[in-house]
Parts: sequence; C-alpha cells; structure tokens
Amino acid sequence: MAEYLIKNGYVYDPILGINGDKHDVAIKDGKMVDASAVKNAKVIDANGMTVMAGGVDIHAHIAGPKLNIGRNFRPEDKLFNAKPGQGIKHMVAGHSVPTTFKFGYIYANMGYGFAMEAAMPPLYARHTHEEIRDTPIIDEAALPVFGNNWFVLEYLKNHEIENTAAYIAWILRATKGFGIKNVNPGGTEAWAWGMNCSSIHDNVPYFDITPAEIVTGLIEANEYLGLPHSMHVHGNQLGEPGNYKTTLETLALAKGYKPNSKFGRDQVLHQTHLQFHSYGGDSYSSKSFESKSKEVADYINKQDNITFDLGVVTLDDTTTMTADGPFEQHLSHMNHLKWANTDVELETAAGVVPFQYRKNTFIAVAQWAVGLELALYAKDPMKCFLTTDAPNAGPLWRYPRVIKWLMSEQARNEVLDDAKYGEKVRDRCYIGELDREISLYELAAMTRAGTAKALGLGNMFGSLRPGMEGDVVVYPYSPESENPEDIEYAFGNAKYFIKGGEMIINDGEIVSNGNKRTFWVDCKVNENAQVQHDIEEKFKRYYTVGLNNYDVNEKTFLPNPHRIEVDATQ
Amino acid sequence: MSTVTLTPTQVPELYLEADNITPDHFAGKSAEEIAALNVYMGNATYKLGDYFDVEGEAAETAEETKIVVKGDVSRVKYIGMKMSAGEVIVESPADMYMGAWMLGGKMTVNGDVDAFAGLGMTGGELTINGNAGDYLGAAYRGDWRGMQGGTIRVSGDAGSDIGTFMRGGTIIVGGNVDVHVGTHQEGGTIIVKGDAKTRVGGQMVKGEIYVFGDIEVMMPGFQQREDVEIEVDGESGSFALFEGDMGERHPTRKGVTTFGKLYMKY
Repeated sequence: MAEYLIKNGYVYDPILGINGDKHDVAIKDGKMVDASAVKNAKVIDANGMTVMAGGVDIHAHIAGPKLNIGRNFRPEDKLFNAKPGQGIKHMVAGHSVPTTFKFGYIYANMGYGFAMEAAMPPLYARHTHEEIRDTPIIDEAALPVFGNNWFVLEYLKNHEIENTAAYIAWILRATKGFGIKNVNPGGTEAWAWGMNCSSIHDNVPYFDITPAEIVTGLIEANEYLGLPHSMHVHGNQLGEPGNYKTTLETLALAKGYKPNSKFGRDQVLHQTHLQFHSYGGDSYSSKSFESKSKEVADYINKQDNITFDLGVVTLDDTTTMTADGPFEQHLSHMNHLKWANTDVELETAAGVVPFQYRKNTFIAVAQWAVGLELALYAKDPMKCFLTTDAPNAGPLWRYPRVIKWLMSEQARNEVLDDAKYGEKVRDRCYIGELDREISLYELAAMTRAGTAKALGLGNMFGSLRPGMEGDVVVYPYSPESENPEDIEYAFGNAKYFIKGGEMIINDGEIVSNGNKRTFWVDCKVNENAQVQHDIEEKFKRYYTVGLNNYDVNEKTFLPNPHRIEVDATQ
Repeated sequence: MSTVTLTPTQVPELYLEADNITPDHFAGKSAEEIAALNVYMGNATYKLGDYFDVEGEAAETAEETKIVVKGDVSRVKYIGMKMSAGEVIVESPADMYMGAWMLGGKMTVNGDVDAFAGLGMTGGELTINGNAGDYLGAAYRGDWRGMQGGTIRVSGDAGSDIGTFMRGGTIIVGGNVDVHVGTHQEGGTIIVKGDAKTRVGGQMVKGEIYVFGDIEVMMPGFQQREDVEIEVDGESGSFALFEGDMGERHPTRKGVTTFGKLYMKY
C-alpha cells in the first residue's frame, strides 16, 4: 500500500492537542504513523491549507427505506441536477434525497470517513444494508430503532433490563446494527393508535409504560451490554413550540447513570438534533415563539454524561423523514404537501414530507438561529456535534455552509440582515447577542474527534495519532483567510482525501471508490431462553416474515464488514 | 430583431432532445456556433448541425433573437425550454415539452404538440395553433409548483391533466379537454371554450376555471352559489358559479374564506 506524507499544512487535532501548527502527517499500510516511519512516501504539499483527520458524522439519514420513499415520491428532487458518470464516478442526481452514489461523493468532498445512518427499522435492515453497500467510499453503520418496539416495551414495562439487553443484542446481530436509537419514545407506537405522547410521563396506549421509563430502560440496557455508542435519543415533542421543557426532563433522566464501555465514551445519552427540541413559546408566530437554546445548552454544559448534535436548519428546500410518524403527519397538515406514512409492524413507523425552510418566514430563520446558538453556547466542543439531521433540517451537502455560519459572525449577520424577519429573530432568539466564532480546533472536535469518541470509535477515527485509521483530509483553506465564503468552499471541496490509506481525492478530483466498510456490533450475551422463546413466538404470531427472512446475512449483505465485538456475558 | 432559421435535415431515429433551441442559448452566436450546440438522443450526444441546417445569426441578446423552425419536428422535444425572452416559431407539429419552464418571450407552434407543453411555466406567451396533449401547463411529476405565470393559448383541443397544481397564469383552450382539469389548482385561470369531461377542479383550493360548454360529470365537491354576468377572454355571457373543492382545506385570510371557483356558461 502506498505511503503518504502530507507536509507543511496547518494541522488541527484536538486529541493530540495540535492547534494549527505546521506538522507533517504520515500514512503507511492504511494507518497513521509517525512522519519518521515512512521512507518512500508520496509527498503531498499542503502549504497554506488545513489538515484534519477524516470527518465522522454521528447522525444523518443516508440509507434505508425512508430514503427510498423520499426518492420515489419526489421525482422533482432530481429535476435539472442529474450528472452523467465520468471516470470512476457513477452518474448522480438528487438534491435532498440523492442517489446512494452521490451520498458517497458528497461525504468524500467534505472529507468525511465515517457516517452513522441514524434510524434503521430492523424489519428493513436488509434494504438499508443494500443501500449502504451501494454508497461508495465512506465507512458506515446503522442504528436500529428500539423506542417503540413491542419486545422492548413489554420487557421495560416490568423493568426487565437483562431481557431487553438480550433482545437488543439479538437485533444488533440479526440486523447488523451498531447501537440503540430511540425515536419519539412511546409516541410512535401511540401513533399506531392515532395518538402521540406529549410528555415523558404520558402513558403509551395498551403497553402501560411511559417515555421516561423507555429512555431510562434503554440507557440501562445499553450500559448493561457496554456498547460502543450510548443510547441515541430523539425525544418526544420534536418541533413543538415549548418543547424545551420536555427536552430538559428527558435529559435529566440520564442523571446518575455512568457509562460502562471499553470504547472510551463518556456519555450515557446522546441527544440528537437538539435544535428541534429547544423551542419556547406556544406557537410558531413571532409573538410567541422563542429560542430556549441557552437554557438547554446551559443544562448540558453542567453534565458530563450527555452529548448532543445540532440539526442546524440550512434554509433550503429539503425532505423530512423520521420514525416520528405523528410529527410527519402534523407537518403535512402545516405545509399541505405530499405525505408518506408507514407502519413497521411490531417495531416502529415512519413518515416523509417535503419541506421548505423559507428565508422570508420568521419561523425558518428562528429555527436556523436556534441550531447555531446551541453550538455557540456549548462550552465543550467534544460534546456538541455538527449535523443538519440530513436531510431533515437541511441537505447533507450543506455542512460546509453550516461551518461557515459557526465560524463567522459576519456570515450569520448577512443571513439575518437579508431575512425579512431578521430583526424579529434577533429579538426572539439569542443569535444577535452571540459574537463567538468557532475555531478550526473546536470544529475538528465537533466534526471528528468528539463524534468518534461519542460513537466509541475514538480508537480508530477522529485523530491523526499513530495507529489510527489512515483517514486524512486536506482542505484548501488558509486559517489566515478573512473571507467567510472561503470556509464554505473549502469544507465542501477537499483538495486531498486519503481514506484507509488510499487516495480518494487527488487535487480536488475523486480518483477512487475506496474500500468501503460496514461497521456492526456483535454483542455476546448469556443464553436467554425467555427472549429466544418470545422472539419465536412473536414471529409466528405477528410478523409478516419468518425469522429466516429477517436475518441480514453478513456474507450476502455486507461485502466488507467490520465487526466490533462486545462481551456482555457475566 | 435577428432571425435564425432551422430546417430539419433528417428525421431522428429515436426522439431528439433539443433544449438548446432557445433565444437564450442562441444569443450572440453565429450559424456555425449554433450548429455546434448539443442535442441529445437516447444516451448519445450530437450536434444541432447534425439534424438541422442553420441559417442566419442570432442577435447579441435573447430579446432581439427570433428562431424559426421550418419542417417536421414531430420527433423533437424541449424546444423553447426555459426561454426567458425573444421569439420562437415552430412551423410544424412538435413533440413533448414545448416551452416547458418558459420564463418569458413568445413561442408559437403552428401544429399539434404532444404532452407537457408549457410545463411549470412562469412567464411569457405560448401559442399553439393546433391541439395540445396531456399535462398542458401542469407541474413536473411530483412537483407541487405548477404553472405560475404567463399565458398558454391552444386553438384546438387539449388532453387530460391540464393545469395540474397551477398557481398562476392563464390557460385558454379553444376546443374540448379530457379529464382532470386544474387538479390541486391553487391560483391562475383555466378557460375551456369547448366541453370538459369529468373531474374538473378536483382538490382545487384557489383560482378559476371557466367552461363554456358542458361538463360531463361535475365533481361532488363543488357547490352552486349564484349566476354571474361576466366577460371572459373577450366574450361576455351568463355563468353559473360553483365553489369547491369542499373536500379540501379552505384558507381564511382577513375573514374571507377562499374557494376554487368554477364557472359554467349557460
């Protein structure tokens, strides 16, 4: 395998404590090595450019049935943006729900080496893995959803943590999943009854359990198993004005829990797309709606066992898709556009609705402000991560623009000055008071070091330390630049990107489809006759498929698996 | 105004996609440069000059450029697509997507056109001296942003699904139309001087539809309100006004509830 030596770049690595020093970075046999360890390296001159480890995305919707529903029912999403294949690149198309190949190229151009598909319905795991397989370059994993699963609800109702854990371990193995996703706990099951859970103490119909019990139960099961990642929650009441109280209550559920994981994470709860959960007021009007980002961020700043990602609204035309079925119905009644809704048998549900975040409305710009404020209030960038909940708050390829907004007050003010209700947003949100600008060092934590650590992959990704995966990106950005537009350009147009020791982008051109891997967690637990019996019984009674048609065969579906083994036998 | 004349030299084996035939693409170009523009067939790319003789040259701007297409283009799609100014005259029947996504200027087809003429149009004038196919002035598949401005005038009949998701502008059909007129209409005006079949104004929220002839089957979601004496496209007469579609939402603004309006001539 080729050796690479990247010279003269400004290096940012929060794990090694390198903050913009000129540093030589070397890769050999697919891993990072000390610069002295390479002999015949191809030298890349990164003079005047920024060098970081490959990015790690903790939460995006990039593969699975929701994506395909979005693709199928939004042919107009591909209108006028299809590009024919060229060289090693497959043809691509799509704006908010692009083709799988485009996802791979977008991530490469942004210098990302690992991404987490944030919600995989276990029943459709096979399809999810087929899409992951067809997404080139980037290493991926998927989080199966558990928060409305009948097995989980029944076990947790009686606080049977060991059974819950055994079932989760079985699902992770059957679906080749990575960890525990928890979407609108209880609320999505309630949606099957035409209802929702509007607080963490609402009863889930029939199951007689509350969202709070589901959240704490899944935290306990997660720590019982000692999984690499923590319980990953999208709380109740997403998008509702006044929901910050529910959010604070949900976050408070993590109190007293300590991580039990050999993978180096500190958190027991990851709160995703916090922007959608930090609203005050009781309506979307500028008279009532207000940002509660400060209140929520202040709480998280004081906790050491919670991480979060942002979900910044990018003010684009996009497609929302979530396992939060009732929310999508609510959204479709607001914007009167098309709506797709699915019930996934015993497991979950999903909805898809196109959405336009319009610059000329108050609420879209206020949502934009809330997302950025959370990052600007967060004290520790190792706990606060950049996402757009792609494509929910904005298309995936908008990350560079979000980076621009985070790094430049001038760029934020341009949006506010340009927006019709910019002054009202300054009035109802905190954005106008915040002059903080995220540094490249902090950005490296928010986009790779912190996310890798929170996913339990800190021993592979997020740093340039010798022994880590050979994922390095060179952005054509000089830290001395004063033009915010340079930031947006550079972070979307990596000059060089080396992934697993292989040159993916050379001088701005994608030259290889890489050696894409699918990560999954193989968790060993004690034999559990009860859970085995329940699984067989439920499949016989309720599922439309048999057990043999459920399992995701590693050989068939994961051409290049990376198995992470966890031993939870006690 | 400078005129460029295109004369087809051969009939394409499949269908030719010629979205470069617009005053915008021709502006500032000589005949040779115009002949060097791309056209597409299947997965292959050809030159405009492979299929057309090009005479004359374009003006510096689209406004001052006129394109005349002489000869059979019944297997050519996308002429005048996204044109913003100037004039296009097609002297024969043409295929799909004539004047689609037009922004401005004038386009005239002296012959029948196939489906999707004036699709997603936002401005300008599209005149079809012949019959139009389905999806005249409709929205692109899946899109909810249909025709938003401009005028489409068809002297003959039109097919089904005209004005789907229409939000503005005017469609005038001199003859009869097939099923589904103004489905999901949220603005604009559709005038049918002949007869309509069924499902006129289904899921309509706003805008107007005028039918001079008969409607074979009225949508159950429309309620008759009153008789009105009005002038429509230069013809005055007495019309029965219906409002609907009652199965849809009815936005209320400043105390006034909006309905789609359907006028039937007595």
